[in-house]
Amino acid sequence: MTPSEPTSASPAAATAGDAVAPSAIELERRAYRESRRRRSILVSLLSTIVLAIALGSVVLGSPGWEQVQQTFFNPQVALDSLPRILEGLWLNIQVLVFASILVAVFGLLIATLRTLRGPVWFPVRVLAAGYTDLFRGLPLIIVLYLVGFGIPGLEFTERMPAAFWGTIALTLTYSAYVAEVFRAGIEAVHPSQRLAARSLGLSHGQSMRRVVLPQAVRKVTPALMNDFVAMQKDVGLISVLGAVDAVRAAQIETAQTFNFTPYVVAGLLFVLLSWPTIRLTDWVTARMRAREQIGGIV
Amino acid sequence: MSAPAETVLSLRGIRRSFGEVEVLHGIDLDIAAHEVVALIGPSGSGKSTLLRAVNLTEPIDDGVVLLRGEDISDPRVNVDRVRARIGLVFQHYNLFPHLSVLDNVTLASRVVHGLRRAEAERRGLELLDSIGLADFATSFPDRLSGGQQQRVAIMRAIATNPELLLLDEVTSALDPELVGEVLALIRSLAEAGTTILMATHEMTFAREVADRVVLLDAGRVVESGPAAQFFANPREERTRAFLSRVAR
Repeated sequence: MTPSEPTSASPAAATAGDAVAPSAIELERRAYRESRRRRSILVSLLSTIVLAIALGSVVLGSPGWEQVQQTFFNPQVALDSLPRILEGLWLNIQVLVFASILVAVFGLLIATLRTLRGPVWFPVRVLAAGYTDLFRGLPLIIVLYLVGFGIPGLEFTERMPAAFWGTIALTLTYSAYVAEVFRAGIEAVHPSQRLAARSLGLSHGQSMRRVVLPQAVRKVTPALMNDFVAMQKDVGLISVLGAVDAVRAAQIETAQTFNFTPYVVAGLLFVLLSWPTIRLTDWVTARMRAREQIGGIV
Repeated sequence: MSAPAETVLSLRGIRRSFGEVEVLHGIDLDIAAHEVVALIGPSGSGKSTLLRAVNLTEPIDDGVVLLRGEDISDPRVNVDRVRARIGLVFQHYNLFPHLSVLDNVTLASRVVHGLRRAEAERRGLELLDSIGLADFATSFPDRLSGGQQQRVAIMRAIATNPELLLLDEVTSALDPELVGEVLALIRSLAEAGTTILMATHEMTFAREVADRVVLLDAGRVVESGPAAQFFANPREERTRAFLSRVAR
């Protein structure tokens, strides 16, 4: 009976949460991992400091720094221009909120239209495809001009504020991008999922809504967030239509003081605006990775 | 058996917890060269976790994994080099859908072991031919049946001549009529002297092919013994209970 040495323990002991002290070898491994961790923190800290010093000395040591500092980084000008720029930024945020909602709705709609099967839907598919082709190719600034100055010329409506037309133009352009992202997500859902849904008797629309789209949206959330961040800063382009947003406000301030600091202020505010979204994107992406990919250490 | 066989794998006191739950309570296990060991036990007994711990794809909380006497659980070892010495076959095949059957089989030879493409493909085609799938070399995995895919996955795992082959319930996802072809392949590998550690639910197969059978339950080795004796004359009450439940 020598070949088999049963390490059998009583089943009762197996279920108990017996806290066994780690072995010496495990403690040594933990100590080693801890020392590696400390080392990498130290290295990252050091390399950051070295880089910061190098960059700082190049910029601050340049011959024109005094002049640049006065023109671009003047604290007094910055403080004076802040209220008007903030007021402008509020308009950007309003446009952003409306445009995001519209983009989500239209993007999803167009993506869904492109997935419709059957000859009856041919013209719809072609129109949806043509739309995404056209508006992804067209520079946003041209769309802004055409929509902002062209459509009011038709005189369908009474005079609308520039921000209104800006929102429409942003929606037109970004819906095209977002539709393509959604479509990529829909196509990335394995056909067996659609098959399983149809086998249960769900219609095409039902399988899309209940099975395919929920999975598709999850797959493309990081890409969608990325488009949202891009739109967040492109909202600043509505200033070309004359809307007094943060960029326009900075322009007005700059013209009054002959100092470019207000642009820097507006730029920083846009960065601050996008920062939470960028962090949120990272967080959502990391969480999805953790949930959907097991065996995470490879 | 002639001279005392060399030990390929030794596990000493392997522990692994997921949060509060300890799934491996200190596992000891030795596998000699050319030995085929079947790991059986109910779902959740820790079979897959143990196999992944051997492959270093699952961190362990304590214990030592020795591959031919070398401590591969040491954080200083290069895990990629260790994994290159161990083959692993999954329940769901995990073939790369974007690569042809032949590329699946030859990928590691070319990329990890530095074989030239011609050389790797010559060996890959040999392997595919040995399982009667040479005609599918340029096809993509989706074109193959489950049994064919799993046999390709096994060829992918042994293409680099690993010192140890780990099989993680490789027939559990297959149609009953396709199980036979995969088991036949494993049997021929065993007869050719491959060292195998396999988690399995196929009791008949374990009895016929394995040299030794190990019953794992709730993260402990309940009983371990030569296959014939293990099934004919189990010592532990727990083993008898398990075997009577899985007997058809």
